[in-house]
This record gives sequence, C-alpha cells and structure tokens, in this order.
Amino acid sequence: MSILVDSNTKVLCQGFTGSQGTMHSEQTIAYGTQLVGGVTPGKGGQEHLGLPVFNTVGEAVERTGATASMLYVPAPFAKDGILEAADAGIELIVCITEGVPTLDMLMLKARLDLEGIRLIGPNCPGVITPGECKMGIMPGDIHLAGRVGVVSRSGTLTYEAVKQTTDLGFGQSTCIGIGGDPIPGTNFIDILELFQQDDQTEAIVMVGEIGGTAEEEAAEFIQAHVTKPVVAYIAGVTAPAGKRMGHAGAIIAGGKGTADDKFKALEEAGVSTVKSLADIGSAIAQVTGW
Amino acid sequence: MNLHEYQAKQLFAEYGLPLSKGIAADTAEEASAAADKLGGDRWVVKAQVHAGGRGKAGGVKLVNSKAEIEEFARSFLGTNLVTFQTDSKGQPVNKIFVEQCADIERELYLGAVIDRSSRRIVFMASTEGGVEIEKVAAETPDKILQAVIDPFVGPQPYQGRDLAFQLGLTGKQISQFASVFTKLAQMFLQCDLSLIEINPLVITTAGDVHCLDAKIAVDSNALYRQKKLADMRDTSQEDPRENEASKYELNYVALDGNIGCMVNGAGLAMGTMDLVKLNGGEPANFLDVGGGATKEAVSEAFKIILSDKNVKAILINIFGGIVRCSIIAEGIVGAVKDVGVDVPVVVRFEGNSAELGVKTLLDSDIGIVAATSLIDAVQQTVKLAGGAA
Repeated sequence: MSILVDSNTKVLCQGFTGSQGTMHSEQTIAYGTQLVGGVTPGKGGQEHLGLPVFNTVGEAVERTGATASMLYVPAPFAKDGILEAADAGIELIVCITEGVPTLDMLMLKARLDLEGIRLIGPNCPGVITPGECKMGIMPGDIHLAGRVGVVSRSGTLTYEAVKQTTDLGFGQSTCIGIGGDPIPGTNFIDILELFQQDDQTEAIVMVGEIGGTAEEEAAEFIQAHVTKPVVAYIAGVTAPAGKRMGHAGAIIAGGKGTADDKFKALEEAGVSTVKSLADIGSAIAQVTGW
Repeated sequence: MNLHEYQAKQLFAEYGLPLSKGIAADTAEEASAAADKLGGDRWVVKAQVHAGGRGKAGGVKLVNSKAEIEEFARSFLGTNLVTFQTDSKGQPVNKIFVEQCADIERELYLGAVIDRSSRRIVFMASTEGGVEIEKVAAETPDKILQAVIDPFVGPQPYQGRDLAFQLGLTGKQISQFASVFTKLAQMFLQCDLSLIEINPLVITTAGDVHCLDAKIAVDSNALYRQKKLADMRDTSQEDPRENEASKYELNYVALDGNIGCMVNGAGLAMGTMDLVKLNGGEPANFLDVGGGATKEAVSEAFKIILSDKNVKAILINIFGGIVRCSIIAEGIVGAVKDVGVDVPVVVRFEGNSAELGVKTLLDSDIGIVAATSLIDAVQQTVKLAGGAA
C-alpha cells in the first residue's frame, strides 16, 4: 500500500490546456499515472494530449469517475478551482499554484475540513507514489518504489531526501510536498498519521523549515502517536529574523519559528534530527538498521 | 507589505475608526503649515518609517510650537532613523506625520494576526498598552485576551463587548470598543491584511476609545486585488537589491558573510546556507533562482551577488527537477563571460541532465569548479573563500 494515491487513482487536471498544465500533464502521463482528462472552461468537447477536455469539473467527474484533481491555474483563480473540485465530489485536490492569498486559504481550509476533502498545497510540488501515480511537478525518475515516507514543506529539499533514499536502495512509499505557505491545506500531522497507518511505510523523513509552529506540533504528535522511526531536517538555521525566505510561510516573526526551536522540540520528542541536509539518507539507515 | 502609519490611518479613517486628525508632510514648510490646518496649540510629530520603536529612537515628539515642528522635520527628513527594529543603517525618513494631540487617560493594546496553528484571524487585546506586546505575551500571557474570527460568520459584536468588559472598560466605552473591533475585523477581511496593530489604543481624558497608533501589513499575495493598497508601497523602505532581484523573479536576502549562494528552491537555498555555516563558512546571501531559471535570471543573479563586495567565492547548487542542469550550465557560462565574474565559482549539479551540465562547464574554459557532491561543493567553496571563519 501507499498513501493518498496509487495506480488505481483516476486523476483530472484543472488548467489542462494552459502551458503549465500541458507540460506537467505530459510528464504525468509519461510516468504512467491514470490521467483521465482535464478541465478548461470553454474548451469542453476538445481533445488534448489524447484525453478529453471538459467545461466543468462536475462533468469531468461524471464522465470519467475521477476522484483526484491537480490544479495548474493562476493564483487569482485557485480558490474558485478548488471549490469547484470540492463541490464536484473530488476527494483529493493537489494545488501546485504559488501566491494564493492567505484569506482564501483560511476560508478554503475551513470549508474543506467540514466536508473531509483533502487539499495538498498550495505552493507545493505535489504528491507521488513511485511507480504508480504522480500528481505534481517533481521529477519522476529520481523516485524508487520502497519503504520511506517523505513529507516536506519544500520542493527541492524533497528531491534531496528522495535522491538520498533512492541511492541507498530504500525507496519511497509516498512523497508529499505540503507546500511553503503559512496556511497549507494539509499539515505534517495529517501526513504523519497516514504514514503511521500505512503498512508499506517503515520509516519517515520529515523536512521542515523556519516559520510557524507546524514542526513543534508535529513533534508532539510523533511523541504521542508515531511508533515508526522518523528522521527530521529543518532548513533555515542561518536565516535572519523578520525576513521572508522565498516561501510565504518561511519567516521568523516575533522571535517565533526559529530552526533551533524546531530542532529542540523534535529532539525532545525523540525524533532523530540531522543538521546537514546531506545526511538524511544515512540517518534513515542508522535509525532503521538497513 | 507594510504600510506607513499615515497610510494605515487613511484606511482607518475610511472605516470610520476614532482617530486624531493628521497630515503627512514632505517638507518642513509643509509640516509647519499642517499645524495651521489642524489647529490647536499642541501636536505630535512622527517620523514615517517601516519600523517599530520610533518613540524610543526619538522619532516621535510632542511639540508646542510651529518652530519646534519645523526643527523636528528638518532634523529627520532626508536622514535615516535607526530603531531597535531596524539594521544599523536605519530606514530613510521621507515624510513627517503631524497630528492633533490626544489627552490620554489609559493605554491599551489591540491587534489582529493570522494565527497559523488555528488557521483563524485572531484578535489580541491587553490592558498593557504602549509597551512591547511580545514581552507581555512572554512574561504575562494571561494578560493577553483573545477573540477568534469565525471564517463563515465573521466578527460578532458580542466578541468586542466581551473583550471590552475584560479590559475593564465601562459605560459608552463598551459600545465604542465593540465598534472598533468589528470595523477592524471587516477591514482585515476586505483589505486582505496580515496584521493590524494599535499600540496604544487609548481611553482619552474625555473617556472615549481612540486609536493613537496604527500599524498595518497587507498580504503580498493579495495585492493583485488590492490595487489601492498596492499603490501605497514605498520601495524606499525596502532593500534595493531585494527589489532588483524580485524584478527577475529571484528571491534574494542579503546576509553578512562572504560566500555568495545561488540555489534553486527556497528550502534548498536555506539548506545550502546552513551547510556553508556548518562547514565553517559564512553565507553572504539567500538567493532562490526559482524553478524556471533562465540564462537571463542566472546573469542577474550573478550581478546581484557580486554587487556585495564582501563576496569571496560563489556556490551554485542546483537540483534539476523540471529545470535541466545543462540549460543552467549554459546560463552560467554565458553569465560568467558577460558579467565578468572575478571570484571563484563552485557548481554542484544534481538531477535532470546533471552530467551534461557538468560537461558543459568543464568544456567552457571559464575556470569553474565542478564539485562531485553537495558536501564537496560546500567544502571547496569555503576553502576558496579563505577557509573556515
């Protein structure tokens, strides 16, 4: 098993015919994902990349039986696209888009939680179950089906963790980029809970960064509920306070959200931490004895 | 994006919040004339910068004459104000805000932020106004009162009344405070704010609730739909190199070290800085060239890094996901030739077409060091920059 997506997941693409949607859908198809169609309002009835285009998500769901959707729409339209997917019965929404207004996310998160719909992102690389399903912009070929679950707030740091666990032959069960925004649709705890319940996942890599307290909350959760070995890395030890470091959510504000605080909370919860991002793979080897 | 106090107060006035009358002046003459327009015989003059701690730094003064206003304006306009929140250079003062004077009976605190844990807009109020609220929160957290805004129904008057009673307000102050609370919450929602702070919110000697200070930050992601607020941006308060970088969709933050960093992805860029430090070096900057780094973007990145004269070596760390390392390599070769890079450059490529990228660099005879691993790259750069600090 894996979490969130597998070879049976039927996937839609919203913003299908745009340049980003087209480029990443091509790679998604090449990876072997069951992409069953796309949505671009006004282009319904056309064919794109050999797949049907629909005017609405509702119509696409009805005709294809899709349960998951990935969004490549500009930030001003992300809220509308996510709500359209939710109202059409999509269970898993992956929003790659960067720059979604925070108040849109506050409302969306509250609404999606009421209905039990999962949103990954925004401002994230997406989710991949190696060899089965790729919903996002990550390079497929660095992945290897295997036994480490990876969850991260950063795209390229996810790739580092993936590469290291692939090179050592451990592979990954599922990799999730939860995104660099202050209000993500899914947080560390949601994913840790799924990894804990997943038979295929034998160890977990968690990659955090400065800003907010999601890592501290994850540390408490791990101490109470996660029995599988966890290796954690936090980026931004050298980041100055009060400066936004690329990601909207990566900022030390009012003395809160430092990497040191996060390392400390994780270590106190019994999590193995690494100070060098190059040591993630070897730390997994160490905690698992592989 | 931060607003100046005078801009925040324009917004407050539009929402009908109780304020002193004030005028923002560009020159000492205008500041003096503002006193006539406002009337009265006592005013408060305030240097307008994007930083707190202005009072302690002398940037806020109670004055009794127009001569004093002119003197204050002359001494601050065109200079930089250094407060405990700024760096050692301070922030440039281009405007002086002249305001009518309020008579203060009591100082309170009222603010609102987006709380990332609860994913709600949270209002905070305290009887401890006029002091650093972070200190109050750390030392006496029970003195911070909270009200959480429901994302579906918005602010409710009872929440404002509840805070007012807990703050010990009485009589007409209860409904005045509740009105301030509701208007601020509506403003927060309608204007896509990320922070409001009124420190202090005062009770005047006449017994009225009054907003003495006003601080506002706007969600930068929402500026596309907040045109009026976007126009209030004051780039003089921002780092010129960070602004230049943002024109090319580069994220740059200057630091104090001597190793320039060019990385794709914000997380990896921070991780690379941390590795430099861990290996005895000091990063000169954070720089994320983004996912779709072009030759032009790489060129600009070099220019911005090299504009910092402390830089003794440059570390380029690229994990090619969608972006091909070979394309980046061509960008680096072109940029090094165009820009004239006179410090050692170490490159680590991983992922998409990394081998071809390395070959392109080695074939180019521009003297770039192609590292064999991330750690190798960091250690070589630290050595080339003059060794461990």
